[in-house]
Amino acid sequence: MSVNNELVTVNFGPQHPSMHGVFRMRVTLDGETIVDIEPVFGYLHRGTEKLTEERTYVQIVTLTDRLDYVASMSNNLAYVSAVEKLCSIEVPKRAKYIRVIVAELQRIASHLMATGFLLQDLGTFGTPLMYCFREREKILDLFEILCGARITLSYMRPGGIFQDTPNEFWSELETFMDNIPGQINELESLITGNEIVLSRTRNIGVLSPEDVINGSLSGPMLRASRVKWDLRKANAYEIYDELDFEIPIGATGDTFDRYLVRVKEMKESIKIINQCAKLIKPGPVRNEDVPLVIRAPENEAYAAVEGPKGELGFYLVSDGGISPYRCKIRAPSFMNLTLLKEMAIGGKIGDLIVNFGSIDIVLGEVDR
Amino acid sequence: MYGLGLFKGLSITLKNLILVNRTNTIQYPDKKASILDLAKNEKKNLILYIIKNPLNTVKSFLGLISITQHAPQHPRFRGEEFSWYEERCTGCASCAKYCPLGIIKIVTDQTGKNYQEGQSYDIETFDIDIGRCMFCGLCVEACPYDALHMGSGFEESQYQRDNLVINVEKLKKTEKKPSHWFRPQLASKKDYSPFDDEVKWDSVGRHQKPTQKDLKNKWIRSDIE
Ligand code: SF4
Ligand code: SF4
Repeated sequence: MSVNNELVTVNFGPQHPSMHGVFRMRVTLDGETIVDIEPVFGYLHRGTEKLTEERTYVQIVTLTDRLDYVASMSNNLAYVSAVEKLCSIEVPKRAKYIRVIVAELQRIASHLMATGFLLQDLGTFGTPLMYCFREREKILDLFEILCGARITLSYMRPGGIFQDTPNEFWSELETFMDNIPGQINELESLITGNEIVLSRTRNIGVLSPEDVINGSLSGPMLRASRVKWDLRKANAYEIYDELDFEIPIGATGDTFDRYLVRVKEMKESIKIINQCAKLIKPGPVRNEDVPLVIRAPENEAYAAVEGPKGELGFYLVSDGGISPYRCKIRAPSFMNLTLLKEMAIGGKIGDLIVNFGSIDIVLGEVDR
Repeated sequence: MYGLGLFKGLSITLKNLILVNRTNTIQYPDKKASILDLAKNEKKNLILYIIKNPLNTVKSFLGLISITQHAPQHPRFRGEEFSWYEERCTGCASCAKYCPLGIIKIVTDQTGKNYQEGQSYDIETFDIDIGRCMFCGLCVEACPYDALHMGSGFEESQYQRDNLVINVEKLKKTEKKPSHWFRPQLASKKDYSPFDDEVKWDSVGRHQKPTQKDLKNKWIRSDIE
């Protein structure tokens, strides 16, 4: 009896239970081994960059919420920084502190979600994901206190934030900050020592430092591969130069390291928030000179922040009108996705989803 | 020892299963009512309530009674049910211009009536298509006269898209329970909560209501008097 060993092509997604969002991979398989991957995306393309050209600078803030909808605050921050750079707008000190606090809260929420779904992809059905979501929910409650919405926040405006925090926010934040280290430790002791998780993630999807630099990756993916690069240190925007924190890096650059780097980053974020909450002083939170409809000078500007997924940048070109002439978004998820092929080829199909989950993509940002 | 990590993990899940203070589920919209909740709901003394309603007492012990409750929300919540004050609105259409989606339609009086200073236009149409609204609140931020406010609801479901358009009659009729969003003057009111209380048009703005004397000084020339 002869063995039929021709290659099989499988369409993975766009609607697949273990797929993140509506991403599609055309996977060519030789038995269980992956021979080729062809990513297909664009199912969630909404033309955000084009839409910005017919909206005023403040209205675009609402569009940025919908890019990476797991981390709206970071998108808001990146966008308003670009506008502030474009129009040379001053930001009051208090607003900067609040922005850093919310951006770090958002980082914790996003990393919790990334970790939860990575574990879900590993087959730890439900439990760790629910633990992560329980904490994320508390962060969303804090955001609701701040800006009245939980996901599509539209919190920041060029020149600050829209309104000062209500008084109850600070006590709620304190309660949250008292509890979160314990919860993250709990999550860590649930996962980090677990033999099944270790055997599924150690030495899977290894990326060397050369790979990640050539692929222009950023964020936890980059740092897991031993490259110590973080925009918060390298290009201290807002008030990060006044704060004291570490950049955690991984050891080998495998899937487990990417998980570990995220957990460590959450702990660093907690440190940052605690420092900010101590340093913040009363004062104005919005530059009152900035009008509702901004007319930018003829100029161009690029501003980037270290979002939860990597370097999130906005490049704005203005022709002197009330809306940008062109807006280019550097989406970290999209860039990080480019190395999926390197990670997966030669591996088993069971590891493909784990590798994919460790990239932590949000399709809203990939397709834009 | 191999497998130790598994047991460590299982002990954590067990802890979360058993310890009651770790439950995080929020019962909404109905919650099983204890006898305390029932008494509180009717604003009565517990003992008085038990004496008056022995049947409900027994039922609540058996877990047969449930009460409706609010989802826990902050007063700053941006929801639907826009509160619009006809008395305050001048028909300037700043809100319509500022809406990123352009879903507010305003038509003012077209009769060519000669409006005097201090009067405001009659609003004939004021449509907000909340089927497309994303509740960003920019219209509320733009309103210079504090005439438009966000509401707190989120449960408005309809069978037809047309019913989601709130027109001027609907806006006039709805209960005016403005949210604190972008309205610090409401947030600074001690006992105001957008879930229970209504506010009249003259106490919702960021400016003080002018006294009768102020109005007189402004609008009536003293030499005519
Ligand atoms: S909340 Fe936003 S989308 Fe809705 S009507 Fe107001 S400005 Fe338009
Ligand atoms: S609601 Fe406010 S912004 Fe809109 S037309 Fe009336 S006064 Fe102008």
